[in-house]
Amino acid sequence: MTETRLTSTESGAAPKHAEPNLLEVKNLVMNYELKGGEMVSAVENVSFNIPKGHSLGLVGESGCGKTSVALTLIGLQAPNARVLGGEVLLDGENLLALEKEEMRLRRWNDVSMVFQGAMNSMNPVYTVGDQIREAMDIHWDPKPTAKEAREKTEELFNLVGINPDMIDRYPHEFSGGMKQRAVIAMALSCDPKLIIADEPTTALDVIVQEQILEELRSIQDDLGMSIIYISHDIAVIAEITDLLGVMYAGKLVELGTTAEIFARPRHPYSWLLLSSTPSITGPRRVLAPLEGEPPNLLEPPTGCRFHPRCPFATEQCSAEEPELTEIKPGHSIACWNHEKVPVGLDQAEEL
Amino acid sequence: MSEKNSKTRVKVENLQKLFPISKGLFRKSTDFVYAVDDISFEIKAGESLGLVGESGCGKTTAGRILVKLDEASTGAVQIRDAETDEMVDVTEINTKDEQKEFRRNVQMIFQDPYESMNPRRTIFDIVAEPLTVQGIGTTEEREKRVVDLLHLVGLTPPEPFLFRYPHELSGGQRQRVAIARALVMEPAFVVADEPTSMLDVSIRISIMRLMLELAAELGVTYLYITHDLAVARYMCDRIAVMYLGKIVEMAPTEQLLKNPMHPYTRALLSAVPVPDPSYKRPEVEIKGGISRSINPSGECRFLARCPFAVDQCRTDPHPGLFDRGGGHLVACHLVAAEGSWTGAERAVLELRS
Amino acid sequence: MAVRDKDGTEIISDLDPDTAEPTEALPESLWRVRLSLGWKAFKKNGKLFLENKIGLLGLGLISIFVFMALAYPILTTWGPWQDTRVYDPVIGFDAPPEDFDIVPTEADIVDPTTQMDVMTAQLWCFGVVSGGVCTIPKKPASPSSAHWLGTDPLGRDIAAQLAFSTRSAFMLGLIAAVVTVGVATFVGSVAAFFGGWLDSFLMRLADLVLLLPLIPILIVMSGLFEVTLPLLGVMIGILSGFGGTAIVLKSQALSIKVKPFLDAARVSGGSQTHLIFRHIIPNVLPLSFLYMMFTVTEAISLEATLSFFGLINVPMSWGLMIFTTQTQGYLRTGLDFWWLLIPAGLAVTLLAAGFFFVGRAMDEVINPRLRAR
Repeated sequence: MTETRLTSTESGAAPKHAEPNLLEVKNLVMNYELKGGEMVSAVENVSFNIPKGHSLGLVGESGCGKTSVALTLIGLQAPNARVLGGEVLLDGENLLALEKEEMRLRRWNDVSMVFQGAMNSMNPVYTVGDQIREAMDIHWDPKPTAKEAREKTEELFNLVGINPDMIDRYPHEFSGGMKQRAVIAMALSCDPKLIIADEPTTALDVIVQEQILEELRSIQDDLGMSIIYISHDIAVIAEITDLLGVMYAGKLVELGTTAEIFARPRHPYSWLLLSSTPSITGPRRVLAPLEGEPPNLLEPPTGCRFHPRCPFATEQCSAEEPELTEIKPGHSIACWNHEKVPVGLDQAEEL
Repeated sequence: MSEKNSKTRVKVENLQKLFPISKGLFRKSTDFVYAVDDISFEIKAGESLGLVGESGCGKTTAGRILVKLDEASTGAVQIRDAETDEMVDVTEINTKDEQKEFRRNVQMIFQDPYESMNPRRTIFDIVAEPLTVQGIGTTEEREKRVVDLLHLVGLTPPEPFLFRYPHELSGGQRQRVAIARALVMEPAFVVADEPTSMLDVSIRISIMRLMLELAAELGVTYLYITHDLAVARYMCDRIAVMYLGKIVEMAPTEQLLKNPMHPYTRALLSAVPVPDPSYKRPEVEIKGGISRSINPSGECRFLARCPFAVDQCRTDPHPGLFDRGGGHLVACHLVAAEGSWTGAERAVLELRS
Repeated sequence: MAVRDKDGTEIISDLDPDTAEPTEALPESLWRVRLSLGWKAFKKNGKLFLENKIGLLGLGLISIFVFMALAYPILTTWGPWQDTRVYDPVIGFDAPPEDFDIVPTEADIVDPTTQMDVMTAQLWCFGVVSGGVCTIPKKPASPSSAHWLGTDPLGRDIAAQLAFSTRSAFMLGLIAAVVTVGVATFVGSVAAFFGGWLDSFLMRLADLVLLLPLIPILIVMSGLFEVTLPLLGVMIGILSGFGGTAIVLKSQALSIKVKPFLDAARVSGGSQTHLIFRHIIPNVLPLSFLYMMFTVTEAISLEATLSFFGLINVPMSWGLMIFTTQTQGYLRTGLDFWWLLIPAGLAVTLLAAGFFFVGRAMDEVINPRLRAR
């Protein structure tokens, strides 16, 4: 996970030494249609790429569209979701153009997902092993024999750090952390190229969270997979991703390497988000609150969607919508006034 | 912080709470969960103590006993009454008047801003509830008081909020309402049970700020219950770390973060994610997850997960809190014997080699 | 302004003047605000309700019956009928003379409403049989311009009986529903809130009531003492209130009991009465109202059943109309005397269905999960 491997946006040229992109999302637009025909602009013109073997974090407040992006990638969006444009290219093939049935078969094989609160998503009347086997039965071609399935499940359990003796146990016999591991094992059961982890550790205690993140990191290294992490907790993202996309109100406002964005956030929202995240290390700096509430996406603000809450907003911001543009190789932002954003975080002590 | 008034506001002594494990209708249960097991601490007036630990460690139960939502099994909880300036034993509050006096003095802020408000009552009803149920003031006075408080917690202008229902407000606004409700009686002591854990990061900070400002302005003493050490760092003057019903370490906040002594605190701290990709964390030293403590045997509670356990830990009873000076208390045989963590670690390594 | 205790001592001191800016008194008084809030909620829920086709159908059915209930007094107190008693449902006998063709034997009767065999004619017309026609007062009479739905076997106007009975059906339904909801809400909330032996007692009682066969019990009761309509309403209400409805409402109350807002109210110093009446019951009430609708349905059918057996002391009801039909021997005559059976039977079915439909629609308003997106 070296920092020289940078991603690029559609507008910028790919930096040198870059690995080929596994996933390219281009100008994805997705709305939710409400009962009266009104449209909620949930995902607006989102583009990002993930090179093979890399991990991308998507952060933002709840309702910013990060989960909507993930569900659209995997073709599991809600029935009232309308994908109005864009492409999702996995190894060059547009997933959005696939038939529903085709996508269903591809889902676990190419892209799999660890859902938010996945620990509660297991069926209590089947053993954990049976549930993993079911996923393999549906998606493996040809179907695995009982022995193959057993061996694979044991291998997966070892991989995620559960004792393989637990295969024949029921979900209620697992602790929260173990259930989460089992769900990860299930997501790995068809050797996907890409895993989307939506808040994979949110309900867990810190020590268990740390163990699972560690596990995911080593699995990613071992199998050379790509992972998209979705979290509202920017500290978790800092730990495990090498690329980072910051979302606000359905739009990607900043995209770059995690190290670069954490060191020098250029979008006012990213800057405020980082400034307002408490940490147990470093000096006790002033935490800047982010005033106001996220906008109503039925009627998103004109121009830049962040301008009503932005301390650096000018008239231009309320009139013209900034596009995601590269300010230096591998670091793009959507902001008119990024030079106004202070470099680094406020380091003053005391709250 | 705490220097303006060094009087003790809250004093907890040997507090214990056992929950019986139900075993059918007629059988008497012999198994108990030791949710809170013999903890003692003091909070000075104007100070804020953080109670930190993983889920199931007993921190919420302890908080609930302090506000008399649960009864203690044994032990004493004394809280100084703001008006009479006398310590009142919470377990010996019986009469209605004593109850009322206690509720005026001690309040609580709940974790979930969505579930902690009756969806069928307006914001005015919710904030004025303590006044209404205790028959304080006329309707006009209550109205005035509620308006003032909504001002205070930053819901301005307050009038449009008064007769809205909770579901019409955002999470941050609701938590402000919850704070207003807790402060409407101007209590001297407030138990805050993870008040920001359900909020988005950006909103979290403004709520934390508000609580700190109000504490300074109204002289409120907090018991701040949280699982998030980073939040506790900003909210608390001192932090007590709980593990399976026991306080294992208690120290002034920065002292605890810079120089953790108990192996559990050290593990907890090293597991907290840090919003800095360049930060190299120390390795988490313990494995396995937390369990419940059912009829625990006498030795150190942390023994099963402790990577440093020596023979003494297996034979001696659970260590008491050892004061190593500067208000830094640790419940660990090794630290008690060696006086510091580095000494303890060295001793263990020597013993093993 | 500081808040003071009843006896004037200052309990809450003034707030910091910097933060507590002077605010004008609220423009409206509290009860008016609450009234407008209630109205707003009613309008919102009403809109949701009206979006529901089944609910509208139910409401339509009920309003037809409301119209019928109002029609009866108009029928007897205004217009040309004002001084006649022929439209009284109980004592308004009116048998228009009608000619019957006399046929040789019973076997030759094709239409029993216009033909009569010789033997019967001799009995009824006292031998005055002229020209093969027997003229006798006709009971029951088929629908005519005077009696829109004909008359019953005693010569009483069916339409008047139908309209008159509507009022008692509404009264019975209302009494039963209010008693049920009152009892069940209280029993359910109290059982859930206190738990322990009280809960066990009330829930076992509910099981017992559920196990009791309702109709036989009511039959026995009506044998023991005179059952009037209000009394029947109260009885159905109590049985239903302590039985199934209590169990349903208790489970709802239990789910409310564990909500953190109850803890919050406790910390505020709320007494148990306050917790039950201000927090649990208001959150159980929507479900209570739903069950109120279903109780009305149940009560109407029960009343019809019991008065069919002639067990209720009531001047006239739909069940009693069918009872009369049966005792006079017209029950199994097929559709020849359809006006004796169909109006009353249909009225019971439709009014019960009306309340049931309204209940179903309310269910969807109360449980957003049932609402189609």
